Amino acid sequence: MSIYLLCLALFCVGLYGVLRKRNLVKIIIGLAIIEYSVNLFFVLLGYRFRGRAPIDAQTQDILNMVDPLPQALVLTSIVIGLGVTALIISLAIRIYEKYGTFDVTRIKRLKG
Amino acid sequence: MELHLLLIFMLLAAIVALEAKDLLSSVIAVGAAGFALCLAFLILKAPDLAITQLVVEILCLIILIRATIRKDLPLAIEGRWVFNTISTLVFIAVFLFFAWTALKELPDFGDPIMGVAKKYLEEGVTKTGAVNLVTAVILDFRAYDTLGEATVLFTSVIGIMAILRRPGRKNKGGRDGG
Amino acid sequence: MVVSNSKTGMSLIVKTITRLTVGLILLFGIYIILHGHLSPGGGFAGGVIIALSFVHLMLAFGKDVAVAKISQNVASNLESLGALMFLSIALLGFLGGSFFLNVLNKGMPFRLFSAGTIPLSNIAIGLKVGVGLVAIFLVLVILEGAENKK
Repeated sequence: MSIYLLCLALFCVGLYGVLRKRNLVKIIIGLAIIEYSVNLFFVLLGYRFRGRAPIDAQTQDILNMVDPLPQALVLTSIVIGLGVTALIISLAIRIYEKYGTFDVTRIKRLKG
Repeated sequence: MELHLLLIFMLLAAIVALEAKDLLSSVIAVGAAGFALCLAFLILKAPDLAITQLVVEILCLIILIRATIRKDLPLAIEGRWVFNTISTLVFIAVFLFFAWTALKELPDFGDPIMGVAKKYLEEGVTKTGAVNLVTAVILDFRAYDTLGEATVLFTSVIGIMAILRRPGRKNKGGRDGG
Repeated sequence: MVVSNSKTGMSLIVKTITRLTVGLILLFGIYIILHGHLSPGGGFAGGVIIALSFVHLMLAFGKDVAVAKISQNVASNLESLGALMFLSIALLGFLGGSFFLNVLNKGMPFRLFSAGTIPLSNIAIGLKVGVGLVAIFLVLVILEGAENKK
């Protein structure tokens, strides 16, 4: 149970970074930390004590494997997280070119 | 026991990443948290995920450093204290309350329910012929989700190409990017 | 193999080591894609490793050498080809009765040519992910070069 609480604390640290920071890059870093904690939570749900990795081998024939279903979901989630981070970084580059700063309280002009 | 130590290391790295004044230091701290996550995946008996997390972390670090290294490094100054802090604390408290009620319903750590997965484990090798059961799940039993994931990656590549396009290359005077 | 112009890119030590290791990284990525159904790895990890080999070339030699190897149009076309290949493998399942059915011969386990359509899907996914990430890097690098010219 304490493992789940540590994972939840990591999520709260990332959430604090998204809500309270003024620098745009720090907000993006907070988003990356939230992604790490969610992926870790999924894999923690499927762990079995003294289990094996879900890959069959020729010499062993005991079926005491960990759950393969959360691992399959997290595999696609890691690569999607990379795509989302790249997209939001390119938005940050464009914002820096237009406004000259990364400060979110100064990016207020709604120009057409 | 090692899992607890790794998670505490990740917490410390995340706090350092958010509070450092230099942008390069915070990017390196996020990299350290990602590598610790890769080790945690290895301890939790998921080698596929460890390989993927390691190389994705390296690529993510290169993109972050490439975007912020040649720029001005502004110091992040805090401001507008009271209302923001109180609303953030209320939000996090509500979230923690609901998470605590949900955490009590979970099975114990190390003893999963495995309803569908039991069928996948027993019949996976004979029905698909693949020995790696995670690959069999993502490319045979649940291939539709992989199609959705390929679509999301495709959309993100198109989006980046559309955002970072340079309009008006014939005009040498440098039009304002729009 | 590649011209070493001493003005662009990094120092001579980095360029020499890059010439030795770029081919090995590409080969390792192809190995992980092809053996995805026998050992850990699969299409996604192998595709990202292939993209990392091109990024390594780009970082060490500067942007002109890398753009000469793969230009942006070639990258776009290859990525669309990978996505179309994956879709056609999915539609091939209609020959067996439903969408995404595994219709080819399953073979014996623990061999390279087994598991039906799974190795073909791995190759399509690896091509798509790898070339897509190379296209993202090309766009970021060309942007940086263009704004330094202003």
